[in-house]
Amino acid sequence: MILTRDGIAWRIACDLDEGSYVNLGVGIPVLVSNYLDPGKEIFLHSENGILGVGPSPKREEIDLDLITAGKGFCTLALGASIFDQQVSFTMMRGGHLTHAILGAIEVAENGDFANWRVPGEAVPGVGGAMDLAVGAANIFVAMSHVTNKGKPKLVRTCSAPLTARGCVKRIYTDLAVIDVTPSGFLLREVMPGHDPASIQAMTDAELTVAADCREMVVPEIAANGKALRRSST
Amino acid sequence: MIDKKLSSCREAVAPIADGATIMLGGFGNAGMPGQLIEALREQGAGNLTIISNGGGTGPYALGALFGDGRVKKLIASFPSPSAAQFRERHMRGEIELELVPQGTLVERIRAGGTGLGGFYTPTGVGTELAAGKETRVINGREYLFELPLQADFVFLKAHLGDRFGNLMYRGTMRNFNMVMASAGGTVLAEVDQMVEAGEILPEQVHTPGIFVDHLVQVERHPKLLELPKEGGAS
Repeated sequence: MILTRDGIAWRIACDLDEGSYVNLGVGIPVLVSNYLDPGKEIFLHSENGILGVGPSPKREEIDLDLITAGKGFCTLALGASIFDQQVSFTMMRGGHLTHAILGAIEVAENGDFANWRVPGEAVPGVGGAMDLAVGAANIFVAMSHVTNKGKPKLVRTCSAPLTARGCVKRIYTDLAVIDVTPSGFLLREVMPGHDPASIQAMTDAELTVAADCREMVVPEIAANGKALRRSST
Repeated sequence: MIDKKLSSCREAVAPIADGATIMLGGFGNAGMPGQLIEALREQGAGNLTIISNGGGTGPYALGALFGDGRVKKLIASFPSPSAAQFRERHMRGEIELELVPQGTLVERIRAGGTGLGGFYTPTGVGTELAAGKETRVINGREYLFELPLQADFVFLKAHLGDRFGNLMYRGTMRNFNMVMASAGGTVLAEVDQMVEAGEILPEQVHTPGIFVDHLVQVERHPKLLELPKEGGAS
């Protein structure tokens, strides 16, 4: 059994506590906002200058001047603030955000990661990825465990252009939750139907299995009707 | 009496010469000075260096400047896939790209405007964007040295303005506009609405008028008023 993209987002949301200040990257990370516990007050940061991003507006409620870093229209949450780029990157690079959830092409066992430039891409764009990576207190990566060609994305050394060195704390994949520790990857949770040996077989770097490594318990369907897990075949 | 108001964007951009460096505020379409950019397009100056977060959002305004072959260099953090006019000419080798991490771009502009000779940042250390840059270890952490950025002209977009050049933004329009306001030789602002002196309360002035040379009241660029075609909001 594997987690869907929504499933990975759901699992990450489980680990965000009240009072967190979180930047969500493009791809799986932005889905995390759909799974935050409404009973917890968590601020979502958007690098173009919002702390307290709210849900997407209905079409008739769209304000053309209110957009997120992904260029989508948004609303503001209770307690939100708006600021310029200088303040926004002070929050990001200055270590004030508690979490940045980012997608990745590869993560290395020393916490290096690559997410901004696919090798061979003709026109690169970097945006705020490198600033977030060096600044946020906890860098969590959300990604599939292997590429669509079956190549491991948890590696000994990144081959894609680096975003930053030694900063990833935790990786959430469709198969497992893995911490990055001073002694390398530590396997903390696995999806039902998998075990440490089968996860290792899909991982380039060596995994240490945590003493309390457990099987993930995941509902099949989320409250919003999205499937969180599916059979891997 | 101080009066920085001009009657048209055409008048505002008239002094811009070939080879000028121009900073453009805006992130996506929010706070993008679309009418000043269109006026520059009509004015005809070429061989321009543009400093902007992105590379345009479509075949109008900045995208059209690229499409017209008027730009030799772009200094930006995210020329996204929607910047088709830039990407096409960049891939043909006609426009140079200096790619700068977004926070570094902001801070280089800030340094340019605030009188600093540069700064050390941890952003980009160990990456290909560190190539050729001086590094220094401070308190055990490695940093890159980055140089200030300034421009001959700066284009800003604000919501309200007054004859002193005081500006107020709404929503997420502030983005790069506030920091760029201090980093240019001549700073031009387009505003949705010109108000009487004193109507913007002192504590609500986002960009103080000292930074602004001229401002023009404009209708929003029609392309920047369009909603997405499909029902989805994002």
